[in-house]
Amino acid sequence: MVAITTLAIFLLVAAGLHFLNKASLQKAAIGGVAMAVAFALPHLWFTTETDGYLPLFTIVLCAVYALFALGLNIVVGFAGLLDLGYVAFFLVGAYVGAWFMSDFAVNVSKHTLTMNFHFLDAASHKIPGIHLSFWIVIVIAGIVAAFAGVVIGAPTLRLKSDYLALVTLGFGEILPEVFRNSDQLPGNLNLTNGTKGIGPVDRVGMGFLHIIPGIPKTIVSSDYRTKYYVILVFCGLFVWVSVKLRDGRLGRAWMAIREDELAASLMGVPLMRTKLWSYAVGAVAGGVGGAFYATIVGTVNVDTFTFSFSIIVLCAVILGGMGNVWGAILGAVVITWFNYTGLTWIGAKINNAAGTKFNFINLQFGLFGLVLVLMMLFRPEGFIPAARSKQVKKAEQQTLANLEVGE
Amino acid sequence: MTSIDVTHPASRAAGRDPMLTVDDIHVYYGNIAAVKGISLTVFPGEIVTLIGGNGAGKSTTMRTISGLLKPKRGEVHFEGKRISGLKGHEVAERGIAQSPEGRRIFGRMTVTENLELGAFLRRDKGAIAADMDRVFELFPRLKERLVQKAGTLSGGEQQMLAMGRALMAEPRLLLLDEPSMGLAPVLVESVFETIKKVNEQGTTVLLVEQNALVALNIANHAYVLETGRIILEGPAKELAHNDEVRKAYLGED
Repeated sequence: MVAITTLAIFLLVAAGLHFLNKASLQKAAIGGVAMAVAFALPHLWFTTETDGYLPLFTIVLCAVYALFALGLNIVVGFAGLLDLGYVAFFLVGAYVGAWFMSDFAVNVSKHTLTMNFHFLDAASHKIPGIHLSFWIVIVIAGIVAAFAGVVIGAPTLRLKSDYLALVTLGFGEILPEVFRNSDQLPGNLNLTNGTKGIGPVDRVGMGFLHIIPGIPKTIVSSDYRTKYYVILVFCGLFVWVSVKLRDGRLGRAWMAIREDELAASLMGVPLMRTKLWSYAVGAVAGGVGGAFYATIVGTVNVDTFTFSFSIIVLCAVILGGMGNVWGAILGAVVITWFNYTGLTWIGAKINNAAGTKFNFINLQFGLFGLVLVLMMLFRPEGFIPAARSKQVKKAEQQTLANLEVGE
Repeated sequence: MTSIDVTHPASRAAGRDPMLTVDDIHVYYGNIAAVKGISLTVFPGEIVTLIGGNGAGKSTTMRTISGLLKPKRGEVHFEGKRISGLKGHEVAERGIAQSPEGRRIFGRMTVTENLELGAFLRRDKGAIAADMDRVFELFPRLKERLVQKAGTLSGGEQQMLAMGRALMAEPRLLLLDEPSMGLAPVLVESVFETIKKVNEQGTTVLLVEQNALVALNIANHAYVLETGRIILEGPAKELAHNDEVRKAYLGED
């Protein structure tokens, strides 16, 4: 079944790319293979439930981080605004998920003790609290995150490059602290449950989709395969949105700002509005990913939202190739795999071979730093450079070659 | 302030309303005054030039007109409406396009994409295509480089692109900031030929130049700036023969 579907996806995508987008055969084939592999991944022989070098949980996280990287790529890659506080949108999305898909509402204040609101959800109606359908929550999370993007962006986007980076970093640090301490607000109001976190988060209901064979009515917590497909759909959607925006009027405006803000303004590009759009659209991915993350892990704990998250997603974008949609995905997959499985797996191999007991996890950030430095030295444009930087580099090399011949 | 008053405002206006009036603007970078009370007028159809050495305040005046800088005092009016205080993109919406100092083309975009961005505010696809043809007529070199990244063009080609990009906005007033900067003399000549041609096709031009000789050659009216003030103004032909100008800016003894 999976094999047949995979083959069908490959043929459809390859043919579609070739005929509809007039891509070369080679490109169409690569696209088809990538899509087919993405689809078949959780069913391949080397994927395992929990351990080994490709456990299902890691695959799901790879896809979630790919969504985050796609979002940050719009801000950093397309519009050229260095954002070191992407964790803020992840946090907002996760808390929206937790608020609207758990019994937490009864803890908010003494007036909400009996709150019991259910709407198209997959939870038992005996559980109090607010329980909305996951699909509605995802939309709310996207909207709230976009709103947060505009709120954070409006005062900060007036700043240039380094200053912007510093202020976004500040916001990324402040927001988790605010949420950590919003459990005992005046009037005995508890909005975030502080360090205790919020959980359990409801399961994802598949609604009418479950009439399709193979799709369950609700996704149980160990069903990583279905979770993976859900997030894959969101990744696909966001790829489509990214590409459409990039090639449209807004994308051109972003690129103009990235290249030269002053010149863009002279061409009539409204700087503030255009930058805010990039923040808002980028934040949507963070919010959606955050809400989905809440359902995968089951509880939302404020300790999850650290500065290192922002850096990891930024690394993914830089590693993959700033401004390239496919690069961002590849970068995210590579980084996430190393982060959650690769390091321990490779470390165990090395320890076994050498008879040592070295803890490679402790080296995590040192290794990431090293990788980034090496990338900057040997391949600064990333794994898959954006098409335009590739061409400029080629032209530069030609000019250099011409100069050398001239001498 | 030495001033030979060769202006006859009434005759220059010839019954026309001014297109652009800059009225006693003072512009500061922090605490430092770069422009200390400049007033100037551009009438429709003219080429007006601001000449002067480094630090005279020419580019600051241009940036103030195009909304990148805010004057501390004074006002700028375009076609009877106040534009000082508007943002850069709002000034562009009014019909003023600028080819900025240092060209500032979008280096990692193709020539075509650069020109398309010039037309960012326009939605009339057919007219945009026609204007692109017009730009290629003015600068045939650009047509040979359509898909090339702008960052890989030569200096002269980049200047052409910067001007072409500004023209794509279909401006009523074209601001050109140092179009001769960094160009070989033979190219300077052809760029100025083109400016004249653009003007003859109906675009009013305000031109900032260090190369006073060529600027005075094509302009109708000229202002001479020094340390943030206008020290001289008059018809370009007359200024070109003014001893003081020749001494200071044309390198004659």
